[in-house]
Amino acid sequence: MHKNKSNKVLNTKLDAVSLSLKQSIKNLDSYTHVRGESLYVDDVNIRQGTFHAVVFDSPKAHGKIKHIDYSKAEALEGVERIFTYKDVPGENEIGGIIPDEPLFAEHEVHFWGMPIALIVAESEFIARKARGLIEIEIEDLPVITTAKEAKAKGSFINAPRSFSLGDTEKAFADCDYVFEGETFSNGQEHLYIETQGAYAEPLENGNIKITSSTQGPTAVQKTIAKVLGIAMHKIEVDVTRLGGGFGGKEDQATPWAVMAALATHHLNQSVKLILNRHDDLRMTGKRHPYESTYKIGLSKDLKILAYQTEFLQNSGAAADLSPAIAERTLFHATNSYYVPNVTTKVLSCKTNLPPNTAFRGFGGPQGMFVIESAIAKAASEIGVSARQIQEANLLDENDTFSYGQIAKKVEAKNTWHSAKNIFNSDALEQEVADFNKNNTAFKKGLSFMPIIFGISFTNTPMNHARALVHIYLDGSVGISTAAVEMGQGVNTKMMQIAADVFSIPIDKIKIETTNTTRVANTSPSAASSTADLNGKATLMACNALVERLKLVASEDLNVSEKDITLKDESVFINDKSSELPWTELISSAMLKRVALTENAHYATPEIHFDKTKEKGHPFAYHVYGTAITTVTVDCTRGTYEFDSVKIVHDYGKSMSEGIDLGQVEGALIQGIGWMTLEEIAYNDDGKLLSNALSTYKVPDIFSVPKSVEVIPVETEGNELAILKSKAVGEPPLMYGIGAYFALQNAIKAFNPDYDLKFHAPMTPEKVLMGLYNN
Amino acid sequence: MITFILNNKTIKTSEHSGTTLLDFVRYQQRLTGTKIGCREGDCGACTLLVGTLNDDTMEYQSITSCISPLGNAHGKHIVTVEGTNLKDKLTTAQVAMKANYATQCGFCTPGFVVALTGFALSNSENNYSNAIDAISGNICRCTGYKAIEKGAHQVVEKLEHQEKNSSKWLIENGFIPEYFESIPQRLKDIEGKYINQPKGKYVSGGTDLYVQKADHLADNDVHLIAEKDYLKGITIEKGICTIGTNSTVSDLWNHTALNSILPNLRKHLKLVSSEQIRNMASLGGNLVNASPIGDMTIFFLALNSEITITNENQKERTIALKNFYQGYKKFDLKEGELLKDIRFKLPNKNTFFNFEKVCKRTHLDIASVNSAIHLSIENEIISEAHVSLGGVAAIPKYLHDTSTILTGKPLTSETILEANEILQKEISPISDVRGTTDYKRLLARQLFFAHFTELFPNNFTLNDFVQHA
Repeated sequence: MHKNKSNKVLNTKLDAVSLSLKQSIKNLDSYTHVRGESLYVDDVNIRQGTFHAVVFDSPKAHGKIKHIDYSKAEALEGVERIFTYKDVPGENEIGGIIPDEPLFAEHEVHFWGMPIALIVAESEFIARKARGLIEIEIEDLPVITTAKEAKAKGSFINAPRSFSLGDTEKAFADCDYVFEGETFSNGQEHLYIETQGAYAEPLENGNIKITSSTQGPTAVQKTIAKVLGIAMHKIEVDVTRLGGGFGGKEDQATPWAVMAALATHHLNQSVKLILNRHDDLRMTGKRHPYESTYKIGLSKDLKILAYQTEFLQNSGAAADLSPAIAERTLFHATNSYYVPNVTTKVLSCKTNLPPNTAFRGFGGPQGMFVIESAIAKAASEIGVSARQIQEANLLDENDTFSYGQIAKKVEAKNTWHSAKNIFNSDALEQEVADFNKNNTAFKKGLSFMPIIFGISFTNTPMNHARALVHIYLDGSVGISTAAVEMGQGVNTKMMQIAADVFSIPIDKIKIETTNTTRVANTSPSAASSTADLNGKATLMACNALVERLKLVASEDLNVSEKDITLKDESVFINDKSSELPWTELISSAMLKRVALTENAHYATPEIHFDKTKEKGHPFAYHVYGTAITTVTVDCTRGTYEFDSVKIVHDYGKSMSEGIDLGQVEGALIQGIGWMTLEEIAYNDDGKLLSNALSTYKVPDIFSVPKSVEVIPVETEGNELAILKSKAVGEPPLMYGIGAYFALQNAIKAFNPDYDLKFHAPMTPEKVLMGLYNN
Repeated sequence: MITFILNNKTIKTSEHSGTTLLDFVRYQQRLTGTKIGCREGDCGACTLLVGTLNDDTMEYQSITSCISPLGNAHGKHIVTVEGTNLKDKLTTAQVAMKANYATQCGFCTPGFVVALTGFALSNSENNYSNAIDAISGNICRCTGYKAIEKGAHQVVEKLEHQEKNSSKWLIENGFIPEYFESIPQRLKDIEGKYINQPKGKYVSGGTDLYVQKADHLADNDVHLIAEKDYLKGITIEKGICTIGTNSTVSDLWNHTALNSILPNLRKHLKLVSSEQIRNMASLGGNLVNASPIGDMTIFFLALNSEITITNENQKERTIALKNFYQGYKKFDLKEGELLKDIRFKLPNKNTFFNFEKVCKRTHLDIASVNSAIHLSIENEIISEAHVSLGGVAAIPKYLHDTSTILTGKPLTSETILEANEILQKEISPISDVRGTTDYKRLLARQLFFAHFTELFPNNFTLNDFVQHA
């Protein structure tokens, strides 16, 4: 009876979700997307005489360049010129946080795939052929591929960081249970379907325009200026959209744009550089692999009293964004649990892999995997379910995070208990137990995964954005912001804001390309904050224009400003339609010489963080949620299928439900991919073995859970979120971590002798070995 | 001249026939809706439709244009996403994608739209499972596919009252533009069915060769054989099935008689690549690729198949497939020779066939280990056995000793456990990106056991073979 009742409640909720999805706004790009008419870098019409470029990269992970012979390549018909570090007029340096990364290798190579030269030719085909004719001699130097090895050799990117709360050492002494262990989580390839690329065009006076597939137009502009030794205003960066980014184009879209610009600078001709998939996989960094150790202490009633961990981040051969990613690992090391005594430490280890970089979650998932492993280990040793420990330690209002922020508007328990009730988790657990009792060749496993994610760039100065809004004299609107559209639907959200404030139909609004000449000095589209920051700026600009227009209307209609609203493409007086439509209002404003353009700047209030004390209030707010994952393992073959993932997610008040659901589902599957199929492999020489789509497998349509249900939890949202609609890009990725533990529970159901292992991803290989070995 | 219809336009080109169809449509014809994702047939962003005129009706199949030679387009109707577009509105497949939020960054989207349109145009039975198969070669990194599944459901619903083989119905229901009706006549009008083939590398579907060396093939003469009639066709005569080596995996999939002889054929073939690749990949290509893990090779080894080899003078010779392979990527084929057909004895009511494959990702992946078995059982005694195993040696392996030890033995778990001991001695897997030695040995054992639990579920369960269960 109980179950039926719950299902009814659930079905009603699902129906409501489904209905409002149907009414929710569609991605404004979807019309051209489905027709194949959306433009990406490689689709832009190129100028006559455009050259095509291919990167020549290191065939060794570490060594001294003894000799390079370009003569045969240069002699090939159609090759225009080959550029090396010697052709850099400014600085041969592209490091963003730390200046430790050359654009082109000079005398040493530090990773397999490190750019050495740029071959520019009449076609990409010729350039690639020329690449095969370059001869290089490298004297081998020792290669480090793992973080542990780097630590042993004292090879680091920067000084370690450490957060602490309470007195961990003392607390461990008071614990009834203390467990220690090691974990590993592997890297992850972004696999944006559109590879990295840029197109550079010479303008007059040595100015250059770059069309780039980048999440960070300003980073591209700044770096080109530095490398070319010219002022930033000579470089214009334009971005229409990205065919996927996921963090992989935050910092690492830059080198290719710089190279194209360098060649254009020298040749005064347009140059296109699009990496082919193999080059992209080999030359670019990925999500950071982490090797970590933990120590967890609990009381008899399963309260986590103390938690200590050391994270070894495999940063690769240069800093890239590693220090910032390491920091976020510490911010999320205790997931959505309150732990009164915490000591966390992260070491960014310098290895001979391509510099690892931002990837959805930005170090957070790696941190959360460790505490979930520690909890699973503790549960197994104590003889309770991991769920019991998780539930006993969920964050409460006014709890303190290890970084000093006080938790406010906490939804950890709300989402957890909602998930349990709405999805009737007791019955689910019983079903799994019954299934396992009655089946031998197949076993099921279930896991709970609560998540938390802090919203804001943790580097406080980056939390700002601008919007430039034009109302044209026919009443149509053009909006430029710093936001880069990469599928997350940010442009749609910007359009919704303007349509809402102006009360005009969306077809009167155009979202312009992201361009450094219209919106300058921007932060990258990252940290899930793009819609918040740019949306707030757009809102401010639109509101300022409306105030001006109200003044115009009050003069024209001879009524008080405060009685005026804009509604249904018209001026309303005291909620009644007037004779003044939107278009005439704009005409009138033009005649009155009122400015119909507004530029607004938004900087997130309240946030601050003191790195010397490692304390502060770095996040505008947090996003919460809970996922319940069920998997079935084929115990003959070691393969598996996810039956369902049931999620209660804290959207705040979602402004675009369909778009936000897409973010949750997409992030979830990407997280499951990271935890299951996606296996980056380098050999001991530092050569990437998973170097093609035939050897690196991301989820396909058959490998996703049979059912994914996402129920929005009813929350108040947060004033610092755009229209109280919380950031949604990254947080749901971490639901995917539940996949690992569900699988492990299924293995344990088959093989009671199985010792828990915390070594992600849980590939079919590891599952089969786990089923039949200890 | 290579002559074909590209969307609504007749193309006559003297471009090199070994250049990829993708490069031609994208960079020569500026049809940029066809995207480049991987250039190895593994993402589907470049999916196109190929329409072939058979008698008076058009048959459309989806392909990945990145690994398809331009010359194979000769005499066909090639459809890109632009060729599906209606003037001022979205097609039914496009509406389904849009309405269900099935597009985010949009880069993979045209590939999905083309594949779903291909499904509507195809002869496949209209159901959800077939619709999903149609997009099995399309990778999306943004949506997590749940929205795309909803889109596919919507397409299936809209096709509910479809009149099969009626382009008129599809036009009226907004699936395709009107010009499709003119295509059969226009294809008939294209003169010269064959183009002269220069001497050069033999290329059939190209699915493997273009992954390995697309640049080389675009730069050197190729000899296209996909349209050679004498390499085509599936015949069943006097208890022997003969399959021309130009047959694609989809040809096997679609063959009614073959499906009744091997009732699990589609289940097995579904483990082989994606629909787009199955539409292109030739059986002969899979055999001469000589990959130790070639799915169809493993499949036909256990059927104890023979192959016919022909040379430039049409002189033929026949050898057992199991004797064809000599070492890693080495096989018994001389200069100028071609595989003509493969033949095997039809299974009967006393014979049992099974195919197993495990890889990291169940679909559109290369196996860690694959295996096939063919058993004849008389009075609970194994009278004949053929076992093949891939990924465990330098060649696709026919297990002589394992097959021998099974023969004449009773069908019991003891026999099977004993045979596994022999099997383990016959194989020598190496550690590589598809798994460690230990894993492949364990997997080989498990798949060997799986044959028996699959084929004889009333006789055996997993418990009969392993501990812990």
